[in-house]
Amino acid sequence: MSGLVFYSSGSGNTARFVATLGLPGLRIPIRQDDPMPRPDAPYVMICPTYADGTGAGAVPKQVIRFLNDPARRALIRGVIGAGNRNFGPTFGLAARIIAEKCQVPMLDRFELAGTETDTARIRNGLEQFWGMTCLTP
Amino acid sequence: MKDHVMGAPARAINWNRLQDEKDLEVWNRLTVNFWLPEKVPLSNDVQSWATLRPEERELTIRVFTGLTLLDTIQNTVGAPVLMQDAVTPHEEAVLSNIAFMEAVHARSYSSIFSTLCSTREVDEAFRWSEENQHLQQKARLILNEYEVGTDPLKRKIASVFLESFLFYSGFYLPMHWSSRAKLTNTADLIRLIIRDEAVHGYYIGYKFQRAMEKLDEAKRNEMKDFAFALMFDLYEIEAHYAEELYDGIGLTEEVKAFLHYNANKALQNLGFEALFPPAACEVNPAILSALSTDSENHDFFSGSGSSYVIGKAVATEDEDWDF
Repeated sequence: MSGLVFYSSGSGNTARFVATLGLPGLRIPIRQDDPMPRPDAPYVMICPTYADGTGAGAVPKQVIRFLNDPARRALIRGVIGAGNRNFGPTFGLAARIIAEKCQVPMLDRFELAGTETDTARIRNGLEQFWGMTCLTP
Repeated sequence: MKDHVMGAPARAINWNRLQDEKDLEVWNRLTVNFWLPEKVPLSNDVQSWATLRPEERELTIRVFTGLTLLDTIQNTVGAPVLMQDAVTPHEEAVLSNIAFMEAVHARSYSSIFSTLCSTREVDEAFRWSEENQHLQQKARLILNEYEVGTDPLKRKIASVFLESFLFYSGFYLPMHWSSRAKLTNTADLIRLIIRDEAVHGYYIGYKFQRAMEKLDEAKRNEMKDFAFALMFDLYEIEAHYAEELYDGIGLTEEVKAFLHYNANKALQNLGFEALFPPAACEVNPAILSALSTDSENHDFFSGSGSSYVIGKAVATEDEDWDF
């Protein structure tokens, strides 16, 4: 099984979700000056959405910076969205944008820090996904 | 201006010097999301309103007066009280936006009333809201925490519970009507309110977490115990409130599942774990899809669908991407 890369802002929701998941993950830093992680194996990205009602600004700038690097981008295999259903059409929008931009599947989405059900489903889902995904860059 | 002390200069807010980036992020989000009830063609619901049975109409008006009361409290007491606790000038500015939007929400219900209902029906419902024991009890519990001299963190807990939990016994009904293709324009307006409340609960919860980081472990545990105890008290009132309102149309159990689901989300906004187990939170999928408007059928010609009225969601933003 391969890795996770995630972004979590000061609210900490996505970080709590990854901690509950119990899988190792590289965290993209909130601050621009902090060093970007450099994954050396294929990964699934977990990314929350920060869009306003028009959908603008959905993907955090730091995640865009991370993905702008071709070497890092080459290893992304899928994306999972975090967010809040109360935002209607923009729920999980960042993950949909990343999926489209990077031509990888959007695997799932969950709300805030996720529920027990989300954790179990996504853990199983990731296991299955890595079982059938090509791990060579 | 909260730090103004004798002899110290009055300080103008400088948005180009941020202590907390989240303030600007949320300010931008809230201001772009600004709306007024006049944007939503509520009059398109007149015919649909006439198809509701008299007891369903009465229930709907009562539910909306209950929501108006919570918005009024948050507008006139909650957000202003939180402004005094703000740790940055930008937080104060964001809270002033929140206060004003709560006034817009409270005002919106009156727009719905004046479009759909008779003055007599509405007056009766406002009287009901003043006399309803459960509604008054939950208002009292929140207002107690907002009182002068209470703990700023406890005020934030109460505020997040109001924004992220207490509204949902009411929001359930327009989402239910919407899932039956009734009052769809009213539901569009409610979805705009739900969107705003989600940002408010998130932001106040975020500020709560920042303040918690400064406390020692004993104090943090005390806060957590307080939060769960208040949630239990509020939940008990909400369960009675839901029974009183929804028993008549047989929806109480569905509403309770929705309450559990939202109680968990409110706790997560504060950085805490969920309280209700997954089996208690199985919300009717029709309600979940009524919340996410992307699954709604947008009818261009009838003018229904919030995404048509308020502009369509854009799925891309290109300026920063290098590929």
